[in-house]
Amino acid sequence: MRKQDKSTRRQFLGLAGSAAVFGAVPIVTLRPSEATPATLAAAIKNVVGAAEVRTGKVKLDVPPLVENGNTVPMTVSVSNPMTSDDYVRSIHVFNEKNPQPNIGNFYLGPHAGRAQISTRIRLADSQKIVAIARLSDGSFWSASVDVVVTLAACTEEVI
Amino acid sequence: MASALINVPAKAKRGEIIEIKTLMSHIMETGYRHTTAGEVVPRNIITSLTCRYNGVEIFRADLFPAIAANPFITFFTVATESGKFDFEWIGDRGFTETASASISVE
Repeated sequence: MRKQDKSTRRQFLGLAGSAAVFGAVPIVTLRPSEATPATLAAAIKNVVGAAEVRTGKVKLDVPPLVENGNTVPMTVSVSNPMTSDDYVRSIHVFNEKNPQPNIGNFYLGPHAGRAQISTRIRLADSQKIVAIARLSDGSFWSASVDVVVTLAACTEEVI
Repeated sequence: MASALINVPAKAKRGEIIEIKTLMSHIMETGYRHTTAGEVVPRNIITSLTCRYNGVEIFRADLFPAIAANPFITFFTVATESGKFDFEWIGDRGFTETASASISVE
C-alpha cells in the first residue's frame, strides 16, 4: 500500500512535469507570425534587388548578450572615405525573428563625414541581425551578428 | 506630450565632423501587443525622421516598430557653414513634431 502511494506520487509529479513542459509550447506558438529567414531574405531583396551583397566594410555593434530586448543599443558604421564621389548612400538594418523583418532605413549623403549611425532597437527573440550598406557606386556590403536575448520585446501583454 | 531633445555642438571649425544626437519621446507602440482581454493594441509609431541643414536634407531615417520607445538616433555631418538644423518627426495618427538647433562655424 505504502509502496503504491509512493509510485502514484512519483507518477503524479512526472505527469505534472511533462504537463508543464507541454504547456510551455503553446505559449511560444501563440506569438504572431514571426519574420522567418525567408521573409528576411525577401526584405533584403526589396532593398538590394538583384545586386550582389558582399560581406565586409560594415561594422555592426550590438551587445552579444542582451538582457532586455525592449531597448538594445546598436551602432552601424561603414568604413568609407565619404568623399563627394565615394560615399555611403544608405544603411538598412534587418532582423530574423521579430514580427517584421525591417528595423530601420537610414539615408546618408556625401556630407555625412562619417558613415555611422546609432539607435536603440527592440528584439523579440535571440536571432541574427543584418546590416546592409549601399554605396554611391551601387555596391552593397553587409555584416551580421547573432544576438542572445533573455527578455523578449514587442509581443508581451499590456497589463 | 511629445518633446524632443537635440544635441548639436554650438560651435565647430569649418570642415569638422560633428555628431548630432536626437531623442524624441514617443511610445512607439508596435501593434503586436495584446491587452489581457486579447485585443490588439493598435500601432502608433514614428515612421520617419528628417534632418535639414540650412534647408538641405542631410539625413533621413525610416523607422519600424523594431525601434525602441523614445527613438534615440545619432548620426554625423560635416560642419560647412553657420546656420540651422531642422528636425522633423512624422508618425502614425498624424503625429508631427519639429525642432531646430543652430551652429556657428568658424
